[in-house]
Amino acid sequence: MQSDASLELRTDRIREMITQGNRFDSRKLDEYRKIEIIKNISENAEGSARVKLGKTDVVAGVKLIVGTPYPDNPDEGTISIGAEFLPIASPFFEAGPPKIGETELARVVDRGIRESKCIDFKKLCITENEKVWIAFVDIYTINDDGNLFDASSIAALSALLEAKVPKIEDDKIVKGEYTGKLHLARKPLLCTTYKIGGKLVSDPTFVEAQGMDARFSVATTEDNYLTAFQKGGSGSFSPKEIDECIDLSFRHGKAIRNLL
Amino acid sequence: MNVKEKEIEYVKNGKRVDGRKIDELRPIKIDVGVIDRADGSCYLEWGQNKIMAAVYGPREALPKHIQNPYRALVNYHYRMATFSVPDRKSPKPGRREMEISKVSGEALEKAIFLEKYPNTTIDVFVEILDSNAGTRVAGLAAASVALADAGIPMKDIVAAVGVGKIAGEVVLDLNKTEEDAPDAVDIPIAILPRTEEIVLLQMDGLLKLDEWKKALKMGIEGCKKVYELQKTALRKAYLEAEKEEKVKENAK
Repeated sequence: MQSDASLELRTDRIREMITQGNRFDSRKLDEYRKIEIIKNISENAEGSARVKLGKTDVVAGVKLIVGTPYPDNPDEGTISIGAEFLPIASPFFEAGPPKIGETELARVVDRGIRESKCIDFKKLCITENEKVWIAFVDIYTINDDGNLFDASSIAALSALLEAKVPKIEDDKIVKGEYTGKLHLARKPLLCTTYKIGGKLVSDPTFVEAQGMDARFSVATTEDNYLTAFQKGGSGSFSPKEIDECIDLSFRHGKAIRNLL
Repeated sequence: MNVKEKEIEYVKNGKRVDGRKIDELRPIKIDVGVIDRADGSCYLEWGQNKIMAAVYGPREALPKHIQNPYRALVNYHYRMATFSVPDRKSPKPGRREMEISKVSGEALEKAIFLEKYPNTTIDVFVEILDSNAGTRVAGLAAASVALADAGIPMKDIVAAVGVGKIAGEVVLDLNKTEEDAPDAVDIPIAILPRTEEIVLLQMDGLLKLDEWKKALKMGIEGCKKVYELQKTALRKAYLEAEKEEKVKENAK
C-alpha cells in the first residue's frame, strides 16, 4: 500500500521511466502481467470467475432473474452489468452507492459484450410479453493494482461463459437444476492502452497508472470486429496512436482469449 | 415491427432517410451569450437537438478538500430534460448522463489552460431540451463555445461530431431514425481541430477495421465543419458587440 504523498512524488519519476521504455517490474511496455482465471468461485451463482492480473484481483458472478421484458422488445431478455469498487481493494475506495468510476467501468464492459451480439436475447425469452431472463453480471474488486477495466472484462466474460440457465417449472425457478449453458456466439474482450509519458503502455500497475495522461479501451472479437471504444482521462491521442491502440487490443485480446 | 424496419432503405442513391448526403451534417445554429447571469453561454440547435450550455467560473472549488493546488477542475454536467425524449425521462441523473458528463469534461480539460487557475472549478452545465440522436457531441460543441464566451483561455475550441454505420454504409451525424436501425453503430468523436488530437472517442456496435478507418476520416472532416460554425458564431457575436460599442461611443 502506498500513501498519497509518495504517489504524488513518484508521478514524474514514473513518466520519466516509461518515456525511456522502462517499467518497475521490467516488463516491456506492451506486455501484460500474468493472468490467472479461476472459474466457479461461487456455487450459488449461475456462473462466476475470479481474475488475477498480476496483483489486481476481481471477481464476477452471474445471476439469472425472471423479469418482465421491455415493451419495445417483448420477446427479448437482456443483460445488466454492474461494478462495485469494494473498499477492501484499495485505501482510495469508499463504501456507498456507485460513483462515476464504477459506473463508467460497468457501462464500458457492458457495451463490449452487448454490442458484440454474443448473447441471443431472443433465447432469453420465457413467455412473450410476460417473462424473460435478465442476466445480472456483478463485478467486485478484491485488490486494485491497476487496469481494473481489462481484469473486469475478462472476469465478466469468464463468468458468462460458465453461466447456466435455471430450470423453470410452473413459472418458478427450480433451485439447483439447470436446462443448459447460456450460449455465447462470440468472446468479446476489452483491452486498454494507457498513454504515459508520451508512450503507449499496456496493463499498467496502480503506481504506473498515476502517471497516465489518457487511456483508450477497445473491445474486440475473435472474428475481427471492434465492438466498443472508450477514451478516458484528460489527455489526447493522435489518429496514429489510436490505430496503434486498436492493433494492441486485437493482439492482446487474441492472447487472452486462449486462456479462457 | 421488425418487418417495418426492414422496409426502410437507409441509404438510397447516396441519399439518406432525411435527404442528406452520406457526409452531410444536419443544420446547425449557434447563438452565443444567451444567458445573462452566466459567465459564458451558448444555445445550439443541431437538427432537432436543442441545447442550452452555461459556464460558471473559474470560481473557488468547494468543499475545499476537492481543490487542486496545481490546476482548475472541470465540472461537466450533462442533463436531459424530462420532456426531451419520446417517453418521459426520470428526473434523477442516470448512469448514461454520469458517464457522458465524465468523458465530456475530460475532453474539455485538454483544451483549457487549467494551470492558470489553481484551487478553482470551472462548472459547465449542458441541458438537453430536445433530442434526436447526437446530443453528447452537440452538447460538447455548445459547451466549448460557452467556454470561449466566458473568456477562459484555451488551446483550441473542442469540436465534436457523431459518425457511424447504417446498413453497411459509414455516414456522418446519425439522426434518431438512423441510430435505431437494426445494425447501427454510433461513434461520438471530439478533437482539437488545429492539431487533430482526439479528446473524446466512444463506440458501440459491430465494426470492421476498414470501416473504422473510413469513419475516423469522416469524423475528423465533420469536426472541422462544426469548428468553422463555432468560430463563425463567436466572431459574429463579438464583432457585433464591438460594432455596437462603437456606435455608442460615436453617439456620445
